[in-house]
Formats: sequence, structure tokens, C-alpha cells
Amino acid sequence: MKIKVLLFAHLQEEAGKGEVELELQGDTVKELMAVMEKEYRLTRLPQAMIAVNEEFADEETVLKEGDSVAILPPVSGG
Amino acid sequence: MNSCSITREPIKVEEIASRVTRPEAGAVALFIGTVRELTGDKRTLYLEYQAYEAMAVKKLEQIRTEIGERWPDAQVVIVHRIGRLEITDIAVAIAVSTPHRDSAYEANRYAIERIKEIVPIWKKEHWEDGEEWIGNQKGTQEYKTGKPEVTEIEN
Repeated sequence: MKIKVLLFAHLQEEAGKGEVELELQGDTVKELMAVMEKEYRLTRLPQAMIAVNEEFADEETVLKEGDSVAILPPVSGG
Repeated sequence: MNSCSITREPIKVEEIASRVTRPEAGAVALFIGTVRELTGDKRTLYLEYQAYEAMAVKKLEQIRTEIGERWPDAQVVIVHRIGRLEITDIAVAIAVSTPHRDSAYEANRYAIERIKEIVPIWKKEHWEDGEEWIGNQKGTQEYKTGKPEVTEIEN
């Protein structure tokens, strides 16, 4: 299924773009993260938070066609 | 007008304070977060803020809701700026009004601490000899579950 992945901060620079569309074989966030790590050589992923459709999720969250998954490095606003 | 927002324009603090000022309130606590030049022995030239805007606004509104649950008399406005910010520019402004001062201070402190935990905004420090996205300012551990640690701030 097709999943939109949003990247921020250092992850965006590592991937060279802030948004990628992925054809995912599995259906969990964990599987998506493994693909992202391998294909885009993203670093410090274990420290990242995950949001699915703008709400915090976790590795076991099950994805569905068309979901937007954001990979969020530790935040530093304020 | 929405109570919480992300902006690319300079933040006008008087306008933000005025939005919570009302007859029932005897206190308005205004927090202004500004761009600091020195962090340890590093001299910052300027900062670059980035946000996951749609979610950031939702999370700022969530903080407003949390404050409403803890301090029911409080009114809150939070504005965070993104883009390139120079030294002393205002990055964030939080205005809280309450009938009495104690809860205005407490709720305002709660808001900035929560921003640093759950709002998807990042800053990149630019120095003379390099640049780096800053994270983990609160010294929290790895987010093993993928979710932020939700720690209660003692009132």
C-alpha cells in the first residue's frame, strides 16, 4: 500500500527531501521505519517519535492505504 | 481568531497579551522566548526553526486544553515563529490570564515545558564553523515507544 512519509530537521536533510511516497509491503510503523532506514540511510531513528495522520503513534501502530506518517526527531521548539 | 498559531512574521507581544486581557483577569503572565547568542562556548549567528505545522497547531491547542483542565479560569494564547530568526528575535510568546497571579505563572510555565515535549518544532543553530539541528533539550531518553514521555508537572 502507498504511504506518505514526512521528514523533518536532520532527517529531511539526510533524505534530501521532506516528503516521500512509499510502497510498503508490511503494515506497521516498525516495518516502515526499517524501509526508511535502509533506503534513505536515516540516522538517529531510535530517538524519533512517530505521528500517523498528525497524532502520536508507536511502532506497533497498523497503517492503512493513504496514511501520512511523520518521523519526528526530538523536538526543540520554544 | 485561533488561540494558537505558527507564524513566519515577527511576533507582536502586546497584541498577544491583549487577546487574553479581560475584566475577570487580575493577572496576565507573558513569556517571551528569544534567540540567545551564546550556548556554552558556542556563538550562534542565527537560528532556523522548522515545524510540522498542521500537527504543531494541534499540539499547541492540546496544551491549551490541558491548561484549561488544570486551571479552569485561565485563558491562553501561544504563538511560535518559524523560519530564520536573528539573535534577540522572539521565537515564542505565551500569554496566560487568570483572576489571580499564582495560576497565571504556573500555567504559563506549564505551557513552555509542554511545548518542549510535544510540539513538533525544531531549531537549527548556525555558527561560524558549522550548523546543527538541536534536539532533546529536556534531556529526555530515547523515545523507545515512539511516543513522547508524558510527565506531569507538579503544581
